[in-house]
Amino acid sequence: MSGTFLGMPSLPVFGIGNLHEHEPFPKAARRELGNTQLRANLGHATRTIRDKRLAVVSELPDWEELREAGRAIKESVMARLPELLEQFEANFTARGGTIHWARDAGEANAIVASLIREQGADEVVKVKSMATQEIGLNEYLEEQGIAAFETDLAELIVQLDHDKPSHILVPAIHKNRSQVRDIFLREMEGVDPELTNEPARLAAAARAHLRRKFLSAKVAVSGANFALADSGTLAVVESEGNGRMCLTLPETLITVMGVEKLLPAWEDLEVFMQLLPRSSTGERMNPYTSLWTGVTPDDGPQNVHLVLLDNGRSAALADEMGRSALHCIRCSACMNVCPVYERTGGHAYGSTYPGPIGAILSPLLTGITAEENNSLPYASSLCGACYDACPVKINIPDILVHLRGEDVDSKRGKRGKRGRERLPSQMDLGMKAASWALSSGKNLGLVEKALPLGRIAAGPDKKITKLPGIAAGWTQSRDIPAPPAQSFRQWWDKEHRAPAAPTDPTGTGDAGTGNAGTGSAGTEENP
Amino acid sequence: MNAREEILDRIRSALRDAPAVPDVPRDYRRSSTLGEEELIELLTDRLVDYKANVFIEEAAAVPQRLAVLLEGAGRYAIPHGLDQALFAEADARDGGSRRVTDAPGHRLSVEELDRVDAVVTGSAVAVAETGTIVLDASPDQGRRVISLVPDRHICIVRARDITAILPEALRRLDGTRPQTWISGPSATSDIELERVEGVHGPRTLDVVIVRG
Ligand code: SF4
Repeated sequence: MSGTFLGMPSLPVFGIGNLHEHEPFPKAARRELGNTQLRANLGHATRTIRDKRLAVVSELPDWEELREAGRAIKESVMARLPELLEQFEANFTARGGTIHWARDAGEANAIVASLIREQGADEVVKVKSMATQEIGLNEYLEEQGIAAFETDLAELIVQLDHDKPSHILVPAIHKNRSQVRDIFLREMEGVDPELTNEPARLAAAARAHLRRKFLSAKVAVSGANFALADSGTLAVVESEGNGRMCLTLPETLITVMGVEKLLPAWEDLEVFMQLLPRSSTGERMNPYTSLWTGVTPDDGPQNVHLVLLDNGRSAALADEMGRSALHCIRCSACMNVCPVYERTGGHAYGSTYPGPIGAILSPLLTGITAEENNSLPYASSLCGACYDACPVKINIPDILVHLRGEDVDSKRGKRGKRGRERLPSQMDLGMKAASWALSSGKNLGLVEKALPLGRIAAGPDKKITKLPGIAAGWTQSRDIPAPPAQSFRQWWDKEHRAPAAPTDPTGTGDAGTGNAGTGSAGTEENP
Repeated sequence: MNAREEILDRIRSALRDAPAVPDVPRDYRRSSTLGEEELIELLTDRLVDYKANVFIEEAAAVPQRLAVLLEGAGRYAIPHGLDQALFAEADARDGGSRRVTDAPGHRLSVEELDRVDAVVTGSAVAVAETGTIVLDASPDQGRRVISLVPDRHICIVRARDITAILPEALRRLDGTRPQTWISGPSATSDIELERVEGVHGPRTLDVVIVRG
C-alpha cells in the first residue's frame, strides 16, 4: 500500500512524442480551412454522430446519474492512483501477466521493441490505440526494422496513405470513398484491380488483405480502454473484430496503456460501458468488447505484457486545476460538438489528441511552454458545448481559461508556476496601460481624448482592418469599426453639465448609447 | 531509481495536496422488473437493429431450427461443452459428418477454423436494452477463437439468461474469465460513416433465443 507523499516534491516531468502543435494553432487552422473536402466530410461526420449520440443518450432515463457516477469514479481514481496501480499490478501479475513501467515515450518504445525481438518477430499486428500513436511507436518500430500493421480499417487507410489520423474515432474521415479506393489500388498488394468505391467492397478488400496477417501473426500490440484494479482485467472496445483478432490469435500480446486508465472495481465497468459507446459512436453498444485477465491457459495469448505509461500524466496530475483532463475516456463527443473542431479538423491541433480535450490535454502533458502548445488553449470560443457533452463531465472551458492564465504567466516577467523567466511582453505592457487608464476617471478621460486619432486611422470607410503588435491577432479575422467622435463619458458630461438638460436618462440615451456602443467594438459579434 | 519507483514517486508528489476521495453516487438504474416476454421482445428489437437474424424457439424446437440454419453450411464447429442433443436433427440428415468439435486435447487449429463455414455456441448472459450477448469461455461457448474466425456465428441464448440492463448482467459474470461482448455482427463506419456489416469478425450473426 502507498502512503502519503513525504519526500521532496519533484518538479513535474513532462511528456514527449506526438503531442505537439508545430506551428501556432491559428496558422495551422487557416491552412486546414482551405481543404474543402476535409470541411465537407467533417461537417457531415460530426453532424451525423452528434445526432446519433443525442438519440441514444435521450433514450436513457438515468444518463445524468451515469455521468455523475462516472465523474466521481474517475476523481477517486486520480486521488487513489498509486494505491490502485499497485493493486492492479499485483492482480495482473498473479494471473500470469508481466508489467513494465515506462517513464516516457522513448522508454515505452524501447520496451515494446525488445519484447517483439524476444519473440524473433519482425512484424506485428496492431489494434487502434491512441497511446501508441502518442509515443510514435510505429515510426520507432520501423526504424528498428519491425513492420507494424494497423488493422482498424480507418487506421489502415491512413497508414497506407502515409497520412495522419484526423479524428480519434473515425481517423480517415477526411478521405472520401474514391480516395480510399485509389489508396487501396495503389498500396495494397494483390488487390482486385476492378475494385469499386462501394464501402462494402472496400471493407471486403481490407478483410482479405489483413486475414493472412491475422492468422499468421506472432505478436500483437494493443491499447486498452479500461483496466480494473481489483481483478487485473483489461478491456478493449471496438467494432470491426480486428481487436478480437489481435487479442486472441497471436501468442504474444503487448498492451500499452496510460496510468490514468484504471477503474477501481468490476462494478465500475457497468457505468463506463454505458457511457462510452453512446457518447462515442452513438450506438447503444459497440459490436465487440474483449476482456482479459493476465493469461488464460489454452485460450488466447500465453505471453501477455502491459506497458504502463507516464509520459507527462504525472505532470498533468500535479496541476490541481487541470488534473481532471485525465478523466477522459477518449469518446470524442467533445470534438463532434465543437464549432472550432468541426471547421478545422484534427490535423490543426498537431497532437495525437485533437479537439477540445486535445487543447487542454496536450499542453498539460507537455507543459504549456513546449513548442507551440501554448496556442492550443485559445483554440476555443468557450461556448461550453464540450462540457455538456462530456460523459465524465470534464469542465474543459474552465481548464482552457486556467491554461490561458498559465500561458500568460509563462510569458510574463513574473515566474509562471510551470513556465520560465521571460521579459515583460507587449501583453504585460498593454495590461499595465489598461490598469493605469481604468484606475481613475481622470486617467480614463485623458485616454479618451485620443479617440479622434482612431477615427483618422480608420479612414473614410470607418473601419480599422489592421491593428499593430499583438492586437493584430484581433483584426486577423475581423474589422474594427472606427471609434466614435466622443466617448459615452464625454457625451454624458456634455449633456448633464447644462442646468436645462432633461434628467430622464432613458429618454435621451438612444443616440448617445448608440455611439458609445460602437465605441466598444470588442463586444461586437462577427459572422 | 527504477521506472516503477520513479513513476509512483512522481504520482505521489503530484498528489501532495491530498485530494479528497469522493463518494460515488450510484443513483443510476441497477435493477429492473421486465418479464420474460418483454425481455425477449426488447432483445430481439435491438439485435435486429444491428442486422442480426433472430429466431425465437421453444426448447424442443431448437434442434429443428439448428438443422435448418446449418442446411446451407459445409462444415461447422462447436465447443465440446455444447449439448450434442441440439444437433439430433442435423445429424439425422448428415450423420454428424459436417461437425467438428473443439475440445481439450483436440484443439482446432486456426487454419481448421478458417475452413469451417459456421460455429454454434451457447452464451453466458445477454443484455436486452443494448442488444448485447456475453460469451465467457464456459465449456458450451468455448475458447474465444472459435467464435471469431468462422464467418458465421450461430449463438444460442436462453431466455433465463437475458437481463434488462447492463448492471444486472455484470452481476452474473465473473470478470476474470476471458469475455467477449457481442452486439451484432462486426461492423465499420469508417468510410464516409456508411455502416457496413462484416469486416473481420463473423459477418453473419444468427441468434436463437430459447424460451422457458
Ligand atoms: S473530454 Fe470528455 S467528451 Fe472529450 S473525448 Fe474525453 S471523455 Fe469524451
